This record gives sequence, structure tokens and C-alpha cells, in this order.
Amino acid sequence: MTPAPTPAAAGKPSFMPRLGLAAVILGTLFFAIAPLLVPTYQISILTEVLIYAVLAMSVDILAGYTGRTPLCLGAVFGVSTYVTVYWTSTMGGSPYTGMMLGILAATLVAAIFAILAIRTTGVYFLLLTLALGMIIWGICLRWTSVTGGENGLRGAVRPAELAAHMPFYYVVFVAVAIITFIMWRFVRSPFGLTLRGIRDSDSRMRSLGYNVSLHMFIAFTVAGVFAGVAGALYAMFNDFVSPSTVALTQSVEGLLMAITGGVGTLFGSFIGALAIIGLENAVSIYTERWQTVLGLVFIFIMIFAPDGILGGIKTLLARKRG
Amino acid sequence: MSSLNTFQLLNGLTFAALLFIVASGFTLIFGLLRIVNLAHGALYLLGGYCAYAMASTTGSFMVGILAAMAAVAVTGLILDQGLLRFVRGHELRQVLLTLGVGLVLNDMMLVVFGGDTYTVPAPEFLQGALRFAGMFYPKYRLFVLALGVLIFILLWVLLNKTRLGALIRAGVDDPETIAALGINIRRIFLLTFMLGAALAGLGGAVGGAFLTLYPSADAEILVFSLAVVIIGGRGSLVGAAVGALMVGMLNTVGQVMFPEFAYFVIFGPMAAILAFRPLGLFGRTA
Repeated sequence: MTPAPTPAAAGKPSFMPRLGLAAVILGTLFFAIAPLLVPTYQISILTEVLIYAVLAMSVDILAGYTGRTPLCLGAVFGVSTYVTVYWTSTMGGSPYTGMMLGILAATLVAAIFAILAIRTTGVYFLLLTLALGMIIWGICLRWTSVTGGENGLRGAVRPAELAAHMPFYYVVFVAVAIITFIMWRFVRSPFGLTLRGIRDSDSRMRSLGYNVSLHMFIAFTVAGVFAGVAGALYAMFNDFVSPSTVALTQSVEGLLMAITGGVGTLFGSFIGALAIIGLENAVSIYTERWQTVLGLVFIFIMIFAPDGILGGIKTLLARKRG
Repeated sequence: MSSLNTFQLLNGLTFAALLFIVASGFTLIFGLLRIVNLAHGALYLLGGYCAYAMASTTGSFMVGILAAMAAVAVTGLILDQGLLRFVRGHELRQVLLTLGVGLVLNDMMLVVFGGDTYTVPAPEFLQGALRFAGMFYPKYRLFVLALGVLIFILLWVLLNKTRLGALIRAGVDDPETIAALGINIRRIFLLTFMLGAALAGLGGAVGGAFLTLYPSADAEILVFSLAVVIIGGRGSLVGAAVGALMVGMLNTVGQVMFPEFAYFVIFGPMAAILAFRPLGLFGRTA
């Protein structure tokens, strides 16, 4: 699962960016037009794809750009959803304040997790973040007086003017477009380049005078912010939250989307989210065993396509040009 | 908030014994093969269901335990030879592959056994309570405690006093040199993997008689095992024992004093330990 080589590093600067730009425009057009062409039910699936793509991109910030694979961002996502739903239902507050609070809570949780996790690398990072994410799950499951336990909470997040599928889709579309642009700027910034340096060799970056821990802390927290944004959007999308929103499978699906698209490609997350959620909905017609299919997809990708779809295409293109 | 009494302390100890049995298998595999087997929880549950099925049809608890260990060891063999061989040397791909296997196994068991709760029938001589020190305590839980100690001793002897153990320990430190000495390290790896899996199966069989078996039991035991290994350090038997004791006791304390935050009570100290020793109490750098 080595992150795909970045086009800029491949040497021929004029070709790949133009191709990349064309792909981005095509992708944007696809998500802009698709809801006009499909039945109402599938518009909500497309909305879900956009929201989960943000989660997958936040996973990719860590997995692709710092080289540390997290298994807790699904839980961070869920914290935001819980807070947003709780604020609107139990506290009776406004949805927008709720979403702000949700994102804030997710950021705080991510910052605490970051302090604990940044000292570890590789498999230890994965295990520790898995365990940290499970704490959130345990609390959401047991703290019934606040979280409603297994029954979850029903919210009143979605404002009446966004109740219909179509307007809501386009609100999410614009929000996700802005978020994606910010994330893209973030990973292309000098800060993002430093993260890639840390991914490739943190000891070298350390001896060059970079504060690796601080960079990791910021990267982790930023990933948490975006996971929180996705979680807040999901609260508005679903208007309901239960422990399964913070469960391990949530983090696993986010990671799988990032990997399916191609770790370290950022935009691949949209392809990954589309592929996984599309598969989930296609499979649900035939069988209830989505978890088995999810596991099989995981096994298949790990064995045959660890670079993911976009990563594979990039490698192919790079090879073709010698 | 109520305080702890001897009964609850014993509960913590017996839970720790079970955790040790499960986590020792996990840490063996992690230590020697560098494989974080996230399907370990599913193997535990599989062992439990096998033991339940066999023990209730044959009426023998012992048959149930042996069947569970054998079935799970074979599952481990298939997992290692059938799937993990394709991703050898890629640490992260291995972990994520076992995660996928865990999801599939868990879902398949849900198909076969449904969402009901099962209890492995304990043999008659282990049922009921033992009276000592002015209190009654379930015999079965004392049996688990004794079994945990026995497994610790057996594993300690295996690792420290036998040729196989010497090879395993050497393999933890430097697999290339071992292979260069003409020893089939792959076979030792495979044996260790099956042994680790069998321990998960044993844990499932034994734990299934007092913790009961249900579809999400695998995730719970996996998280506890992770905590044990993160605290104790990779590949360390003593570390697994100390970690199991800490997690077992903290869990009991947590459940008695802060029932809604029991998870937090376990992971707080774990996080504190990690802040000072990122590789765990008994962990060494690779």
C-alpha cells in the first residue's frame, strides 16, 4: 500500500497536471449533473457518497500524506454526528450551532487522540487509534442517559427548506466542493510537503530541524476537523445517530474508501466512496450480508490492488511514459 | 459508588486469566510473525461457538474445548497459508487483510448462529459455588483462573525450556539469521500462528461458559486483547500477563464504580503508559 508517486515528482510537469485537471473537471461535472439523471432515491445515495468522500479524504490526509493509517476517524466523525443530533433534539438548539459544536467536539477529540498517537508509527499507530476509537464506541453504547444507548438519538437537524432530496444534495455538493478545495490546498501547501517528508523519513525531517511531533499533531487534528465536518453533514443527512455511526466499521469503511480510490491521491476518495457505497447499495438488493462483502472487498484489495483505482492508473500512466 | 469487595476482586482476577489466554495467542503471533491479527476476536468467537456446538451434542466439555482449539487452529492454518502468504512482508496490508477476514467470519457466524446468546455448558463438577473465606464463589470461575495460570506456565516452559521455544525466541529477534542457519523458519512461523489461533479458540471455549457468546463479543474481546498487548508490549509473555491483570482489574473497578465509563477506565491508564513507553511495558524495539 505504498502511496502512489505524485505527478509533480515524475519529472514531466506539463502532461500530468493537465490530465489531472481534466479529471477533476470531469468528476465535478459528474457530481453536478448526476442527480438530474437518476431517480429520487439515488440522489440520497449520491449525497451519502459526497459526505463519505470527505471522511475518506480526512483518512487520506493521515494515511497518504503522513504515512500513518488511522482507524479512529470514523469515531471522530460519529462524535460530531452525536453532538449535532444531541444539540438539536435533546437541547432543542439550532442545527447550524449544533453542527458548529459537533465539529468543535470532533476537533477536540482528535486533538486528544493526536497527543496520544503521534509518538507511534506503523502498526502501533493503527492499533492505538483502533483502541481509541473503540473507547468512543463504548461510551456511546453505555452512556444511555445521554446517547440513548443502542436505540440512538433521533434529531431535528435538517431544516424544512432542505427537506427535499434535490436542494439538500446541492447544498452538500457546494459544501463538499469548498471543503475539497481547502483540503487540496492543505496537502499541496509547504506544510503538506513537510508531511510527505515525514512519511518518507521522519528521522531525516527531524535532523533537518522540523518539529515532527508538532506537524503530526496538526495533521491529525486537521484530519479530525474534516472528519467532524463530514459527521456534521451526516447528522443533517440522516437525522439519526446510533452506536453503529461510531463503530469500527465506520472507520474501516472510511479507510477502505481511501484505499480503493488510492491512498495519497486525495481525489481518489470520491472514486472510492462511489465504488463502496455503490457496491453496498447494489449488494443490498440481493443479500443482507453487506459485512461479508465488505470483508471480501478488503481482502481482495489488499491482495490484488493495494494502490487503489486512482493509484493504479497513475502508476500505469507513469510506466507508459517510461 | 460502591467499594470493591473480595468477590469483585476475584471476578477481576478470573477475567484477567481469560484475557491472558486470549491475548497470549495474539501477542505470540504479533511478536514472531509481526502480524497484527485483527481476526483474533473472530477466532475467539468461532472457538466459543464450536465448543458450544460440540459440548452440547456430545455432552462433554472437554470434547468441546478440544474441538474448538482444533477448529480454530485449522482456521488459522487456512488464513495463513491461503491468504496471508500473498501479502507477506507488507505489515499494513497484513493487518487490513485480517481485518477483512474478521468481518467475514463475524458475519458468517451471525448467519449460522443468529443473534442469540449462547452459553457453553460447563461440566457438572464445575457448576455451583465453592465456599471459602466466608463467601461463596463460582467453581467455574476459579477453574478459569487456574487454567490461566496453567497456560502461563506451559507457555513459559515452551518458550524458555524447549528447542521449539528457543527457535521461536530467536525468530522474534532475527528471523533471517535463523533461516540462514538452515532452519525452516516458515514452518515455525506457521506453528506459532496455529498455536496462537488455538489459544484464541481455547479462550472462546472457556470464556463462552461464563461471559456468554453473542455476535459482538468478538469485537469486545479483540479490544481487550489489544489493550493487553499495547500495555504489555509486543511478543512478551510476561507483558501479556501483567497487561491482562491490569486490564482485568481496571475493567472490574470501572464496572463497579463508573458503569457507563468502564471502557474509559481501561484505556486511560493504557494511554498514560503509552505516553511514557510507546512500545509497552515489556516491549522492545524490533
